[in-house]
Amino acid sequence: MLAHAIFFYVFSVIAVVSAIMVTVSKNTVHSVFFLILDFISISCLFIMIGAEFLGMIMLIVYVGAVAVLFLFVVMMLNVAQQKNQWFVSKNSSRHIPIGLLISVIIFFELIIVIGGWKYKPDLFNSAKSSLENGVSNTHSLGQVLYTDYIHVFQISGMILLIAMIGAIVLTFRQREGVKKQSYLKQISRERTEGVEVLEVASNKGVKIDD
Amino acid sequence: MEYLNIIFQESYKILFLLVPVLVSVAMIVWLDRRVWAFVQKRQGPNVVGPFGLLQSLADALKYIFKEIIIPASSNKVIFILAPIITMTLALIAWAVIPFGLEQVLADINVGILYIFAVSSLGVYGIIMGGWASNSKYPFLGAIRSAAQMVSYEVSIGIIIINVLLCVGSLNLNDIVIAQKEMWFVIPLFPMFVIFFISALAETNRPPFDLPEAEAELVAGYQTEYSGMMYAMFWLGEYANILLMCALGSILFLGGWLSPIDLYPFNLIPGALWLIFKILFLFILFALVKAIVPRYRYDQLMRLGWKIFLPLSLTYVVLTASYLFYFNLLPTI
Repeated sequence: MLAHAIFFYVFSVIAVVSAIMVTVSKNTVHSVFFLILDFISISCLFIMIGAEFLGMIMLIVYVGAVAVLFLFVVMMLNVAQQKNQWFVSKNSSRHIPIGLLISVIIFFELIIVIGGWKYKPDLFNSAKSSLENGVSNTHSLGQVLYTDYIHVFQISGMILLIAMIGAIVLTFRQREGVKKQSYLKQISRERTEGVEVLEVASNKGVKIDD
Repeated sequence: MEYLNIIFQESYKILFLLVPVLVSVAMIVWLDRRVWAFVQKRQGPNVVGPFGLLQSLADALKYIFKEIIIPASSNKVIFILAPIITMTLALIAWAVIPFGLEQVLADINVGILYIFAVSSLGVYGIIMGGWASNSKYPFLGAIRSAAQMVSYEVSIGIIIINVLLCVGSLNLNDIVIAQKEMWFVIPLFPMFVIFFISALAETNRPPFDLPEAEAELVAGYQTEYSGMMYAMFWLGEYANILLMCALGSILFLGGWLSPIDLYPFNLIPGALWLIFKILFLFILFALVKAIVPRYRYDQLMRLGWKIFLPLSLTYVVLTASYLFYFNLLPTI
């Protein structure tokens, strides 16, 4: 049990400290790296409570894909120029109330969750389902997800698909005057249309028009 | 005291796994260069030691004694961290590779997901190295490799789903045991081909070595690295290639199972069979490097997103319908 506690505290301290560092650090790329560290330590915590599938999926989806895209965007910005300009400029101050509102909402949600956990323990015990012996985490998750919650699962998939199509439609534009390779055209070219044998009269030359 | 005992035991096991992996990485570099040379009718490294076997050792010694240069305008912490992360990620994935029914360091339930997660983290070493160098060529290389590795991971993930449909478990040993009757390379042969090509792209091997295309980007993300730090990138890359070969042989070639379950073949231990299969796949990797010219970047992206992704998705549907129709779906 002692080792368990030590690991828990190590991972949670790393998670909290790196979460603070995400907001504190001035370099945006550093923030993203701290965010990645945060994701990794949280997935370690998931694995520690036995949710191995969730932990691994967290690593694959958030760290392996989402954070890479974050990095992609952030690295492209010119960080040295943009440093701290946001706080100084005037028109940024109108975003602050919205940010405050969102953080207040999240704060109260957290209070409700933690308060319920603290003062109504039986409410949470009823939601807890115990794993049968010998059935792995992944199997039981799949069984619940594809039977009881199949419609929710399908709908969330649909929402993701629509979001994806929307993003493609927003960024898609037909560019004019760009030469593109057509593989079909290249493969189907034959010798007869590519090469032409001409009889050239001497001192006259020949005019080629294409 | 009890904890100390456990720690000692585990470190003993880890050493027994890591030292052979590192030695074989050195050997595999030599093998790669020899195969490459033979395809081009050259001799390759054949001077140091018998058949040039100690060439990698000599190279490593040279790298150790070279000076490590850190560019003045680089981001020093991340610059130093990048090769360490590449190397570490390439080595920790070996923890779940089974060399036999009992010969596995960590027999976890989600082994295949673990390998997939670790290999998807591998892109960070490259991005960090490229960004922290604070120079144009490394940065371009890093951006290219990030896009490339993310794209090909998608198709590898879907190929893994194909195999998992036939197995019904995420444990690597279960995957191997499920191939006792027939290796998955036979029913899933198109997936094996796509996996092989995606593995080439995932490990930045030629013909997909765009991140370090020497004709365009000097050495890509490694341009500013020197000495031991460069060597660590290099070792991590080859350890990753070996890992991908191991994953391929576990998913499709029956892992540590012997090809025929008959008397003389049974005597050879499973670990040796796995090593033979890894070597077979690696020689294919080396041959491809020598034979195929480098892809252009847009061709690379087209291959990943427009050909491999739809093909592997179609095959998932086919596999699932076949298993469902003939009632072959694995049960718990």
